[in-house]
Amino acid sequence: MDTSDELLLDIQHLHTAFRVHDHFYDAVDDVSLTLHKNEILALVGESGSGKSTLATSIIGLHNPRNTKVTGDIMYNELNLVGLSEALFNRIRGNDIGMIFQDPLSALNPLMRIGDQIAETLVYHTKLSEKEREARVLELLDQVGIPDPPLTAHQYPHELSGGMRQRVMIAIAIACKPPIIIADEPTTALDVTIQAQILDLLEDIQKEIGSGILLITHDLGVVAETADTVAVMYSGQIVEQGTVYQVFENPLHPYTRSLLRSMPQADSDDEELHVIQGTVPSLVNMERSGDRFAPRIPWIPESAHEANPVLHEAEPGHLVRCTCYKTFYFPDEKPEAAAAGAAGNNVQNPSEGA
Amino acid sequence: MSLIEIKDLNVHYPIRSGFFNRITDYVYAVDGINFNIEEGETYGLIGESGSGKSTTGKAIVGLEKVTSGQIIYNNQDITDRRTRKKMHYNKDVQMIFQDSMSSLNPRKRIEDIIAEPMRNFESLTDTEERDRVKELLDIVGMPSDSIYKYPHEFSGGQRQRIGVARAVATHPKLIIADEPVSALDLSVQAQVLNFMKKIQKEFDISYLFISHDLGVVKHMCRNLAIMHRGRLVEVGTREDIYNNPQHIYTKRLLAAIPKVNPSGREADKAHRRAVEKEYQEHQEKWYDKDGKVFPLQQISDTHYVALPPDEIAQMKTEVG
Amino acid sequence: MWKTILRRVILMIPQIIVLSLFVFILAKMMPGDPFTGLITPQTSPAQIARLRKEAGLDNPWYVQYVDWIGRALHGDFGMSYQMQRPVTSIIGERAINTLYLSILSVVLTYLIGIPLGVAAGRYEGTWIDTSIQFYNFISMSTPGFVVYMLAIALFGFALGWFPTSGSISVNASGVIGTIGSRIYHIILPSLLIAILGNASIVQYLRSGIVDNKLEDYVKTARSKGVPERVVFNRHILRNSLLPIAAFFGNVITGLLSGSVFAETIFAYPGMGKLFIDSVSGRDYSIMTALILLYGILTLLGNLLSDIIMSIVDPRIRID
Repeated sequence: MDTSDELLLDIQHLHTAFRVHDHFYDAVDDVSLTLHKNEILALVGESGSGKSTLATSIIGLHNPRNTKVTGDIMYNELNLVGLSEALFNRIRGNDIGMIFQDPLSALNPLMRIGDQIAETLVYHTKLSEKEREARVLELLDQVGIPDPPLTAHQYPHELSGGMRQRVMIAIAIACKPPIIIADEPTTALDVTIQAQILDLLEDIQKEIGSGILLITHDLGVVAETADTVAVMYSGQIVEQGTVYQVFENPLHPYTRSLLRSMPQADSDDEELHVIQGTVPSLVNMERSGDRFAPRIPWIPESAHEANPVLHEAEPGHLVRCTCYKTFYFPDEKPEAAAAGAAGNNVQNPSEGA
Repeated sequence: MSLIEIKDLNVHYPIRSGFFNRITDYVYAVDGINFNIEEGETYGLIGESGSGKSTTGKAIVGLEKVTSGQIIYNNQDITDRRTRKKMHYNKDVQMIFQDSMSSLNPRKRIEDIIAEPMRNFESLTDTEERDRVKELLDIVGMPSDSIYKYPHEFSGGQRQRIGVARAVATHPKLIIADEPVSALDLSVQAQVLNFMKKIQKEFDISYLFISHDLGVVKHMCRNLAIMHRGRLVEVGTREDIYNNPQHIYTKRLLAAIPKVNPSGREADKAHRRAVEKEYQEHQEKWYDKDGKVFPLQQISDTHYVALPPDEIAQMKTEVG
Repeated sequence: MWKTILRRVILMIPQIIVLSLFVFILAKMMPGDPFTGLITPQTSPAQIARLRKEAGLDNPWYVQYVDWIGRALHGDFGMSYQMQRPVTSIIGERAINTLYLSILSVVLTYLIGIPLGVAAGRYEGTWIDTSIQFYNFISMSTPGFVVYMLAIALFGFALGWFPTSGSISVNASGVIGTIGSRIYHIILPSLLIAILGNASIVQYLRSGIVDNKLEDYVKTARSKGVPERVVFNRHILRNSLLPIAAFFGNVITGLLSGSVFAETIFAYPGMGKLFIDSVSGRDYSIMTALILLYGILTLLGNLLSDIIMSIVDPRIRID
């Protein structure tokens, strides 16, 4: 990615809170991000990290009755936070295209494929019905559907999973949007199909120069496709940088733990690394201090910041909390563990960091 | 001797059509496969959706009617339901499912869920039973007060551990694990896999590990088979398959796994595209005229590949 | 598709035979016979025996069954013992009456039910939804005959707005007069049937909308920039109408079977009232004919439901 590329999306201090029993809890907590033209920005995290919530906040799909979005999402001088429905409908589909995880449930079972793609064109272009039909066939061809006229007349259940996801991509790119949000676009697909879909996304991006926000839990997918990466934990970004910075020099304990728990080892006698404890739920989430601290209890409290902020470890590489400087895995520095926090790693940190 | 031998297993589903709804064709979900699982090992069965891997697993536990072939366990063919019942086969062979939410009865408490298989085969007093359940929960690292709770009160990883506890309740010899960690987050997946290994050592259990995830299978299994279109395309040790894949389908599958190595990604992509190109261009060579996978040929002590006939001839001339 | 429909119809034959056997045996097992009601202290046992013999009631049951089914195939269900008229013609004239009443009640049921279901589903959790749910709760739990009798007392006798019995006024003349009189007689009962009987439609529609609102394809539609009104009508509502469309096949069954309670209380000469009368009069020839007819209608209704489903839902194919 060339950083001189045009800035598409500038997210500043975004909070997205959900109502649970008349209280609002931040699922996205003070997130700032930028997305440029031609950039693939991967948002990584496990379930409950807030990555999908962030995506739906950008495209404004939350039910305003039980969601509160604050902060700024700047797109071309336009703040998407608090935008009226009528204005937002001009942006959705036209400026931002969205691809969902499960293409079967994301397509209307009762509508023909062609009509579902054309629907986007109806609301954003002045094309006649004839022209729309032609454009639908063109799009189907562009996403690698072998027989566009046939597929346009088919229903979603008549297609394979990979073909359906291609159709979803055709819908998302129908108006050549500058921004594409892909929420776990390959999670429901087989690996060979996943490879094809990721290739397609990259090809499409080269053609129309969109910035892609790729949301995924699959570190392999990130390493293969992303230009920049933001790792999320408990609603916050804990590490951010180029894909090389994050994968070749991971700094935050969470990133390092995740990479370590991947089954990549060649020996089957080896135990996989397990992150202690569980991801806290939205309601039970600790709102102060380092949110990841309870899961690395062998790290002394003094290593964490009281109010962890993002630090620039190297140009463009951001890490939350200073604890990364002294972080080690229990089996890496046994002497340090014995001296520092002996036995601490077996019990739960009850007093909180 | 192997713990269980699968011999020429076939599971075919009839397709009915026409006015009289007669059987006009079959879906060859499992189409003549052979493999053995040794005592205490984890055997991997890899395939994409629709490959027949889950059907194979279900046929082994007896959840799917076998069309033909044998499943030899303790010198007996257990494809017949009465034989299974007579020899308490269902006590010895258990199953772990992918979706822990739908495979655990939402209206039953954990105690009853875990105790159910025991109740079918053993007569324990209430206190004995409760002690066993608590012991099992302890093995999978769950607090003993879980017995009073219901499945929805647990996270996905915890539920999958409960599924593991239920599966080991009858001290089985073999557990069929059908995509046991596919629905789980990375860190939780590691936890469940570790527990599966731990239990294997403690109770000397064998696993048939069914998965589409080549990374996980590589970690868990020393021997594995790749399944495609109802047949096995390649069988061998981990080294055979991952370091020396022979069948185009295996190569394609391996090339498609994204690697956690951004600096090598351009090379990986080029390799993947080359394999994909070869697959597209020479696909028909690797399958017979009906699109079926060829029979397996032995190419080393441990390595079997579904090679096309001309390839075999070529290899024979090379050797001879 | 035509092949499948034909096959389904052929497959109905054994079902209908089993049903007819069942109906026949059941009728035979009931205490009393058609003459029980005609017997007076003056009737001699010999007379009864002669009557029974003439009606073929002394034959073995299977002979009686074959006789009955053979005649039924020719549209002859015998004579009504009570009314001394052919069963077929009695059912024929009653069926017309029921058809009028049923069509109007079905139309009204949908006219009231669909908007209520849409409102409840769309404004789920608001006071609108709560009030509709409350109304359905009341309409479900109130016995129909109570409301019918109250309505007759109030609108029929006290206010005199509507007739209290019959299907047509005796002095109605001319085409317009006849039709007007018929409609005038069925407005009150059909309106009440609709008001009390729309709960299943409202609830199906409401839960369909509530479920479909959360579906991914609705999110897709919104992410395309489709205005909310269109998202609701084209995506949510259309998909939510599926179960109601399927339900429609069974409505056809109801069109001819009629409402037993409403017809009886409104003394409306339809199929429902005929059924009750035949049961209480032990008029077996009518009763068996009706049960058989209802059974066949149910089978046809189910087939119709499947055909409708295959037309409205592309995922369902019946070929």
